[in-house]
Amino acid sequence: MIADILTGALRSGTSVMLASQGELISERAGVINLGTEGSMLGGALGGFAVTVWTGNPWLGTLAGGLCGLLMSLIHAFLVITCGANQLATGLTLMFFGMGVTAFFGRGFVSEQIVGFNPVPIPLLADIPLLGQVLFNHDPLTYLSILLVPLLWLLLFRTRLGVIVRAAGEREEVLLAAGINPQLVRYAAVLAGGFLAGVGGVQLAVAFTHSWVENMVQGRGVVAVALVIFASWKPLRAMLGAYLFGAAQALQLTVQQSGLPISPFFLFMLPYLLTLAALYLVELRQRSRMPEALGRVFTGTSGG
Amino acid sequence: MKKRMLYQSMLLLIATILLLSACSQPGAEPSGNAQAEGDNGGATSADDTNAGGDGDAETAEAPGTGGSAVGFIFVGARDDYGYNQAAYLGSEAVEEAFPDLKVLRSENVPETAEAERVMEQMIRDGARIIFPTSYGHLDPALNVAKRHPDVVFYHQGGLKTADNLGTYFGTIWEPVYLAGIAAAEMSESGKLGYIVSVPIPQVLLNVNAFELGAQSVNPDATTSVVFTGSWCDPGQQANAANSLIDSGVDVLSQHQDCTKTVIETAERRGAMSVGYHADASSLAPEGWITGSVWNWPDLYVDMVQTAIDGEFADSEYDGKYRGMLADDVVQLTGYGANVPEDVQALVEEKKAALLEGTLQPFLGPVRDQSGEVRIAEGETPTLDELEAADFLVEGVIGSIPK
Repeated sequence: MIADILTGALRSGTSVMLASQGELISERAGVINLGTEGSMLGGALGGFAVTVWTGNPWLGTLAGGLCGLLMSLIHAFLVITCGANQLATGLTLMFFGMGVTAFFGRGFVSEQIVGFNPVPIPLLADIPLLGQVLFNHDPLTYLSILLVPLLWLLLFRTRLGVIVRAAGEREEVLLAAGINPQLVRYAAVLAGGFLAGVGGVQLAVAFTHSWVENMVQGRGVVAVALVIFASWKPLRAMLGAYLFGAAQALQLTVQQSGLPISPFFLFMLPYLLTLAALYLVELRQRSRMPEALGRVFTGTSGG
Repeated sequence: MKKRMLYQSMLLLIATILLLSACSQPGAEPSGNAQAEGDNGGATSADDTNAGGDGDAETAEAPGTGGSAVGFIFVGARDDYGYNQAAYLGSEAVEEAFPDLKVLRSENVPETAEAERVMEQMIRDGARIIFPTSYGHLDPALNVAKRHPDVVFYHQGGLKTADNLGTYFGTIWEPVYLAGIAAAEMSESGKLGYIVSVPIPQVLLNVNAFELGAQSVNPDATTSVVFTGSWCDPGQQANAANSLIDSGVDVLSQHQDCTKTVIETAERRGAMSVGYHADASSLAPEGWITGSVWNWPDLYVDMVQTAIDGEFADSEYDGKYRGMLADDVVQLTGYGANVPEDVQALVEEKKAALLEGTLQPFLGPVRDQSGEVRIAEGETPTLDELEAADFLVEGVIGSIPK
């Protein structure tokens, strides 16, 4: 039963995890993108559609990532170039994403695809407990697990990472070094959109093999929340996403156990558990948000 | 300043999550006694004045006559392998049977005052017969019906009616009972799974019928019921399907609006499927057992004919019409390729008994999960009593709020 819950954690947490890693990059560079939900929807539809057309889920992944990126490009343009309010723009984009994907997705509801299927890793998959939990997933899930340490290295151990973080902390530093902080932010928001798009692809092409309108159902919003509660740290965001997935699996397991607990309470459980756990982490170690996060960039030094 | 920003964004996030979860349940299902009483008051006087036109002139004629179109509104997409697809097929039959009538369709119509606007537009476009097909379209339809006594409304599954608004539905629990028999016969583990949305009477009635059918051939058969909290969330559906299969369930059924994800997930994992709403056997060539579906075409055509002939008033549709298996309004689909002859024969035998009336699925004693007798020995509940189901029968694993 524990193994089932942990496996479920990865199965249903991966799409959220990918989106939260993307959002983390964006926020590290100083831009909150509440439109992550829209990027995920774009990715889910784009990935599903291209998989239908080409029969190749890898092309679908690429296309889905690009759709997510396009969504976030709108956000980047409005926020970074036009100086629009980040929260308002992001919220609007989220609803725009729902509408536009429902419109273009009409014809794909009944389509069937051969998407990503679980690929057990030889030998490792035979390890008791661990093998089932970690080594019997679809390729996108494996890639997403590798992504997290790579992202951590990139952000905290490379010059590029310093540049990205500087854009979210002190843009004067970048200006002094002759780097355009606007460009850095654009790149970070687009990278974030791409990852959110791939998260949508994982949901549509790997996990469910389906497209229906508004299928992301708030997972993008949870991803944004996770970044904040995970104090902008990749590893914590990953754990938060898996915890969210585990709680979803747990509530299904509890329902099947026949314990007299109202399903309506269980529906809240993933959100409650995730919030509680991240709150506890927060209590032990005060987090610091990127200093310039959410500030509308004016283009001049210091502001 | 920064702190405030943080709190602001958290607040906004929480508000958004709430908003999303509130919007994400179209609730296309009729829900027994869960309806709200009274009008929801979405009518605007503007609608009254610009749509009343030719309505006044025709009040002398019977409602439903003299139109040039028939309107259908759906809460979802027409090809969802589910609830809306079934209704859509019905609208196609109307189109075919009445070449002179234009069929107006509107998909993804929310269950709000927006539905009134859509119906008003259809009436302006010549419709004198309108099918609001989702449970939540009832109150908007009642409002529009009041303003247009010359238009006939056929609402799917409603429990309230008006002079020119009748409701229709089918006793889908009959084929679901038969499907339960087939499922228990096919299952090796005797563990069946049922993925449902929210605990409303309509859903509980189906789960109970399924388990009673299964028990009738295998007294030890259990049905594990899992609520997803939504009518169509593929992610949570896949989760639920995987979770049930992991725990040893080998036949999955469901009560969701979109049925594709669960059936495909079961097929990929080597489990069997019992379908709902529409025939999805093409999605599961290996694991399809059978399914319970709506057969709206003939009924819709007859309802439209009745209205056109000016005979809506005092017809069987002028009130709460409930079509049964015997009326062919609900059906059992064909069997999957891997269902053996003897299982098919057994189910057909039970079906014949059901049609004859010698088999009563809910004949007492029926016990609930706690073992308490809910339907007394020898008693057969009425349709109204069944549609108000508020318990799960013994043998169902899962829990509902008391």
